[in-house]
Amino acid sequence: MLDFIARRLIAIIPVLGVVAVFVFLMLRLTPGDPAAVIAGDNATSDQIADIRTKLGLDEPIWTQFAIWIGNVLQGNFGESFFFKKTVAELIAQRVEPTLALAICTLVFAVSISVPIGVMAAYRQGSLIDKAVMGFSVLGFSVPGFVIGYCLIYVFAIELGWLPVQGYVRIGVNFWQFAERMVLPSLTLSVGFVALISRITRASVLEVLNEDYIRTARAKGLSNRVVLMRHALRNAAVPILTVIGLGIAILIGGAVVTESVFGLPGLGRLTVEAVLSRDFPTIQTVILLFSVVYVVINLLIDISYTLFDPRIRY
Amino acid sequence: MRKVMKRTLAAMVAGAILSSAGPVLAQGKVVKFVQNGNLTILDPIWTTAYVTRNHGYFVYDTLFASDENNVVKPQMVDKYEVSADKTVWTFTLRDGLEWHDGKPVTSEDCIASIKRWGARDSMGQKLLDFVKEFKEVNPTTFQMVLKEPYGLVLDSLGKPSSQVPFMMPKRVADTDPFKQIDSQIGSGPFVYVNAESKPGEKHVYTKNTKYKPRAEPASGLAGGKVVKVDRVEIIEMPDPQQQVNAIAAGEIDVIEQPPHDLIPLLKKEKGVTLYNWNPLGHQFIFRMNWLQPPFNNAKIREAALLSIRQEDYLKATVGEPEFYKVCTAAFICGTPNAVNAPGDLFVKPNFEKSKALLKEAGYDGTPIVLLQSTTLPVLTNMAPVTKALLEQGGFKVDMQSMDWQTVVTRRTNKGPVGQGGWNLFHTFSVAADILNPISTSYMVANGDKAWFGWPNDPEMEKLRDAYAKETDPVKNKELAAAVQARALQTAQYGWVGQWYGPGAMRSNISGWLKAPVPVMWNIEKK
Repeated sequence: MLDFIARRLIAIIPVLGVVAVFVFLMLRLTPGDPAAVIAGDNATSDQIADIRTKLGLDEPIWTQFAIWIGNVLQGNFGESFFFKKTVAELIAQRVEPTLALAICTLVFAVSISVPIGVMAAYRQGSLIDKAVMGFSVLGFSVPGFVIGYCLIYVFAIELGWLPVQGYVRIGVNFWQFAERMVLPSLTLSVGFVALISRITRASVLEVLNEDYIRTARAKGLSNRVVLMRHALRNAAVPILTVIGLGIAILIGGAVVTESVFGLPGLGRLTVEAVLSRDFPTIQTVILLFSVVYVVINLLIDISYTLFDPRIRY
Repeated sequence: MRKVMKRTLAAMVAGAILSSAGPVLAQGKVVKFVQNGNLTILDPIWTTAYVTRNHGYFVYDTLFASDENNVVKPQMVDKYEVSADKTVWTFTLRDGLEWHDGKPVTSEDCIASIKRWGARDSMGQKLLDFVKEFKEVNPTTFQMVLKEPYGLVLDSLGKPSSQVPFMMPKRVADTDPFKQIDSQIGSGPFVYVNAESKPGEKHVYTKNTKYKPRAEPASGLAGGKVVKVDRVEIIEMPDPQQQVNAIAAGEIDVIEQPPHDLIPLLKKEKGVTLYNWNPLGHQFIFRMNWLQPPFNNAKIREAALLSIRQEDYLKATVGEPEFYKVCTAAFICGTPNAVNAPGDLFVKPNFEKSKALLKEAGYDGTPIVLLQSTTLPVLTNMAPVTKALLEQGGFKVDMQSMDWQTVVTRRTNKGPVGQGGWNLFHTFSVAADILNPISTSYMVANGDKAWFGWPNDPEMEKLRDAYAKETDPVKNKELAAAVQARALQTAQYGWVGQWYGPGAMRSNISGWLKAPVPVMWNIEKK
């Protein structure tokens, strides 16, 4: 197992290398000059050229890359062009809202989607099954921001139960933190619930036809035990795989959800950095997202062994 | 075990309730303010971004400031004198001015601040061109010695909008003008609370209790800057729809300028008031590239001007007539330098004459590359209107859509359109930035050094110089009219309408001053 983990961790290095080159080149090849953005609307070409020189953007592209990658290897991710802060500081400030949103969404999504997926499989063809499948199609089809605005309209504006937007850090006031997490997490959960419930249903359905389920029933075990201990456990591997893949959806969804709900997280930082062409920030955030994605999928792979003893690394 | 859990839960609830009550009691009257964009840069000399300018007015003070009628009045300056030959200006600071760190504001601070501002701002550069030297007479008095009389000394030092000559401590103002400052120490009516401010989330300002406002009542950006709340928080909220939802729910107090299409929603909200805090408003313009064909030909530029109808733009972008005005004056209707353009120019297009001019100029039908910004809502509909009007006037138009940041990059390209260049783009200015031929960067016509489009017209530069040197207001008005006439003669650029963007505030907010900048002194919260 340790050997497997070590190999997978080493495999992250070339992945990050490719991501670094790709992101760096994409940013330099797409239109947009941070110096022009910084200088503002009244600046002249000469002023923009001066700023470009100060930022080192007039160096050849490979020189810029060599400087950046050299600094990254030393743990220095550079300074934001705009915020007058190091990128590491910026990320540290923004990581809490995104982490909170991701955890709340995962908890919401898994705690809703797995039971309803199992129920849909168990009652295949029933009204529950059709409702779950219908919801699943809806969840896939409706954009996150539309769901967000609908939830805001109902729960924040009409009913006044929850705040419209904003974020309060968990250490400052837990209840204000919690009430501000409900709507964004629900919004982001919808697509996730649709995905996981569908996969859960399909996996459990497949397992329910297996001999060992019949045997379990023949032993006189209750439906709950059969479903939860025998069926769900054996159906867990594809469900876990989808949750891992869904992290990418979560990252993409966080960008929109954080903007709609005014959460000052990494998703919004990414949007702001892209719109202002803050190269050091975009590069580092994308590298960070890549590491998170790879590490979470590694953890998912490891977790397979908990559910299926036949899997050994 | 269950008892322990119950007690723990009860303690958590009690703690949470107490922690939610604590900060509110400690903060007193707090105004939550949402600006038009994110405040990322905190150096108002380093960028012209309006959100950074607004931040500057919280933290810094100015030597002079313009009042509600756009008359420049002393602000940090107590008194000033001009020598008989109008070349020596002596400024004496008010007593008791202090930086936020408690150190006194001195002449050398002000001299260093003017120099740094003058290195970056076009009006500052013009002023420094006339300055022979600065002399520190004593800690609170300094002189500006000019090479020859300059008519815009007070207008420059009292410039209301970007870039504003804010005063900073010398140790801060000595920073390279092309590098951002590290400190937020000013002498303005608010103190920036660095420890509580989080870029992308909020910026916190508390009342500067040591600030000594002028005795006169507040008027525009001048007069006594009396802070009537304890704290202002700029909340970063990128989504305009959410700004409207948040003010309706009472989560924020003031929105600087909601988009026009959301104003009907705000009008329906009982607890929200709309307020036109910037009575001069803004002006849309379109800019042609003088370096590349076909707009390197004056007749073709003139044809473009003849195809313009301001109201089409204003209807498409602003909508409600109460928020726009057809104004054919370059220097903003309702201000001293305003003169209407001749005939029906900008009011009623003359497509036939445009077509005739194109034929006369030998326009070969090459499409005009028109840059459309799709990320600034107020500009998005400009380019489609231009395309429609120019096509009626005989042009072929290739409208290219992109985000605003790409437009601001693309417009720096002086090359042919085939190499990433451009022919025409739109932008807008706060009216206060364009009230005379010197502050209006669109009027600069010194070729390569001019604003994007790079018009080259020595005659225009002579007129602008004459305006700068003239100290008689009557003659200045004549010269401003001559500058406008020259700009139309060479078709330097087009001004395509004046518009207003009201702010929104909760009904318990009052005292918002009418000025070109949204300022938070004088504001009260009941």
